[in-house]
Amino acid sequence: MTNALDLAPPPTRGLLDNYATPDFFCELMNRKAPAPPLIDCVKKRLSALQIQELQNRTASAEAQLYRMGITFTVYTDREAIDRILPFDAIPRMITAEEWQHIERGVQQRIQAINLFLHDIYHEQHILKDGVVPAELVLQNANYCQAMVGLHVPGGVYVHINGTDLIRDQQGRFLVLEDNARTPSGVSYVIENRHMMLRLMPDLASGLPIRSVEEYGSRLHNALCEVAPEGVDDPQVVLLSPGIYNSAYFEHVFLSREMGVPLVEGRDLFVDEHKVFMRTVMGPKPVHSIYRRLNDEFLDPIAFNPDSLLGVPGLVEAYRRGNVTLANALGTGVADDKAVYAYMPRIIRYYLDEDPILDSVETHICAEPEGLAYTLANLDKLVVKPVGESGGYGLLIGPQATQAELNDFSQKLRHNPANYISQPTIGLSVTPTLCGDTVEARHVDLRPFAVTGRSVWVMPGGLSRVALRKGSLVVNSSQGGGSKDTWVMAS
Amino acid sequence: MIIVSPTPLLSRYAECMMWLARYMERMENLARLLEVTETFVRNAEGQTAWDSILAINSDESLFQRIHNTTQHTEIVPFYVTETRNPSSLVSLAQEVRENARAVRPLVSIELWTQLNVFSRNLLNLKNGDMADHNLAELCTRVRQDCQTHFGIAEGTLYRDQAWLFYRLGKALERSDQITRLIDIRYHMLLPQSEAPGSDIDLTQWTSVLRSAAAYHAFRRLRPVTLTPANIVGFLLKNDGFPRSLSTNLRQIDETLTLLSSHDNLRQLCSPLLECVAELRASLQDQTAEEIIIRGLHDYMSWIQTQLRDLQNAIAVTFWPVITLHEAAPTKMAEQEQS
Repeated sequence: MTNALDLAPPPTRGLLDNYATPDFFCELMNRKAPAPPLIDCVKKRLSALQIQELQNRTASAEAQLYRMGITFTVYTDREAIDRILPFDAIPRMITAEEWQHIERGVQQRIQAINLFLHDIYHEQHILKDGVVPAELVLQNANYCQAMVGLHVPGGVYVHINGTDLIRDQQGRFLVLEDNARTPSGVSYVIENRHMMLRLMPDLASGLPIRSVEEYGSRLHNALCEVAPEGVDDPQVVLLSPGIYNSAYFEHVFLSREMGVPLVEGRDLFVDEHKVFMRTVMGPKPVHSIYRRLNDEFLDPIAFNPDSLLGVPGLVEAYRRGNVTLANALGTGVADDKAVYAYMPRIIRYYLDEDPILDSVETHICAEPEGLAYTLANLDKLVVKPVGESGGYGLLIGPQATQAELNDFSQKLRHNPANYISQPTIGLSVTPTLCGDTVEARHVDLRPFAVTGRSVWVMPGGLSRVALRKGSLVVNSSQGGGSKDTWVMAS
Repeated sequence: MIIVSPTPLLSRYAECMMWLARYMERMENLARLLEVTETFVRNAEGQTAWDSILAINSDESLFQRIHNTTQHTEIVPFYVTETRNPSSLVSLAQEVRENARAVRPLVSIELWTQLNVFSRNLLNLKNGDMADHNLAELCTRVRQDCQTHFGIAEGTLYRDQAWLFYRLGKALERSDQITRLIDIRYHMLLPQSEAPGSDIDLTQWTSVLRSAAAYHAFRRLRPVTLTPANIVGFLLKNDGFPRSLSTNLRQIDETLTLLSSHDNLRQLCSPLLECVAELRASLQDQTAEEIIIRGLHDYMSWIQTQLRDLQNAIAVTFWPVITLHEAAPTKMAEQEQS
């Protein structure tokens, strides 16, 4: 490997000279000695860069993302603002060995989730055996009556899944949550890679970085594999809420990568329980729908009658096996924050294996001992409402004031079943450009898995960084940015 | 060669491709018209020239409602930043943006990127940008951005059905624009040229040609003298000029013919093709002098009505109104304006 950065003498003030990583595991710096050689190589190349250079490259990347409309839309009262997901040009690295562990762990988890969903919508063995409390599943807002007794092709409920992983102080990967409904972010993984190769060719040169290009064709194949039986050449579409949706860019991206039409509800109709799309050549049958609409908006007849986004009669067509929905309805039970606490037991129950990826220790406030423990240790715990996503409504005990703690314990006593609690984890950090310096910022990882006849995990994932100093919240709606994730092939 | 993709074109995509082309073309025409008027507004006839822009776009009553005046200082912002005016540059940019977002999965990234930047810049226009002294500059920029767009479309759009609807939109809009321009400008200038023995106002008639980007093309027909009939004839009937009515009717004809060769579309397209054939025949059968003697205004109005009917017939044929379930009132409904 000969590379300008490899040969350059370290500048007078190196990029990583003042980098300090108090107490946390750093993805780049505090690896066990000796550091894996590829990580060491990137570290050296980074040191040869000037901060000014990195700033210039980052500015040009962000301008390019804005021009290309790789944005999400934030709505205020008055206007719609297109924002880019802030992009950090220092990659997050994962070694081949680490990746193997993640890949196997994610595959195992998705297998278990699909078996769990099949069970709770059929015989309900797991509930009868008392492994998971029946009311937690059957009373769950996401439990979908329309799915009861329904056969889905290949027994696959969750075709597209995003698993949120974090690393603790020891560098151990932990599952933070599963996203089994309509996880988003995969387009940024691929666009970040394009941007990175354009921006930092000298940093990437010669490294065995695994490609993320396959996602579109893998997804299309999987959606064809789960099309209704007997359809030779299935028509796949992506169903989007439309151009005003904040994730519209991702919908565009995925339909383009798969080469299938991006449709809105009004482009589809159901006739005699079969789904058609309106084309200039007349109605054309549709067999597999990758839907980026939540369950309740899919069909005004079956669910929310006020919704204009969906397709009347779609759920009945689905129930009759004339069309496949990906993901299936009612998968939200599996990624529920309370069900999460049982996931290690769910994996053992169906697969008779120990979980490959650990979970974060979780206290269920619906259970008396869980509530008592949470109330007694509120200042040390993160308490999350089970129904929310996007990092809203949670309490981070160690960062809360006494008044906030008192307030929250009131809420908790009032409706304990709505909450779970977890110890605060010292999330791993990674060097990130912050103004005029490179500082440690907390990071998570969301690998994406596609399931048709088998589970495929894209070698990469969305690395989200909490850009505010000390912040543990990485969500884009709360000031998070993203990085390219480099999975090493060897 | 036009490809029929294995997946036929979504009706909504067809509609949005057509309107994308129409709005871009309309924007280019408006920018050129403002630019030319701005350049000629300094002479005595200035006020009349600004009025005629209102007339060409049939905006007199809307303008009156908003402003209660016909001062040109108000006409400029009315056509640049006024969001209550659906034909202002900013309103057109908004329409372009929405249609571009809808067809984004279909068009090249290069085409989308240029429209994204261009439409956002226009939407961000501050009032200062249209102060008198740089209106011409702004219009030149808009016109060039539109032309860049058409160039990218030519160079990167995949030649399938989406391209045909895009081409159809462009040719329909050009046909509509050229007849409006001739109709209004001719009648505005007519009184003075009819006065016995008077020379026509060369500057004004030249500006009609310039408003259609036709001045240099017309000049290349060296022996032809600059008379109103010659100018009308050139803009309506010249087969070599890309913005003439005859050229664009031919384009519509060719495009619909290509579309009708696809599978089951022959029958659907035949009433549309008949309509175009009638238009073309009426134009071929008359000289410019005959058109003027029989009544230029009536003829231009008839053509505009026919074009509107054709647009509606295309809509009914390719994106029919939903009958199976009650159609929800959507953004698209508003878009079906002229």
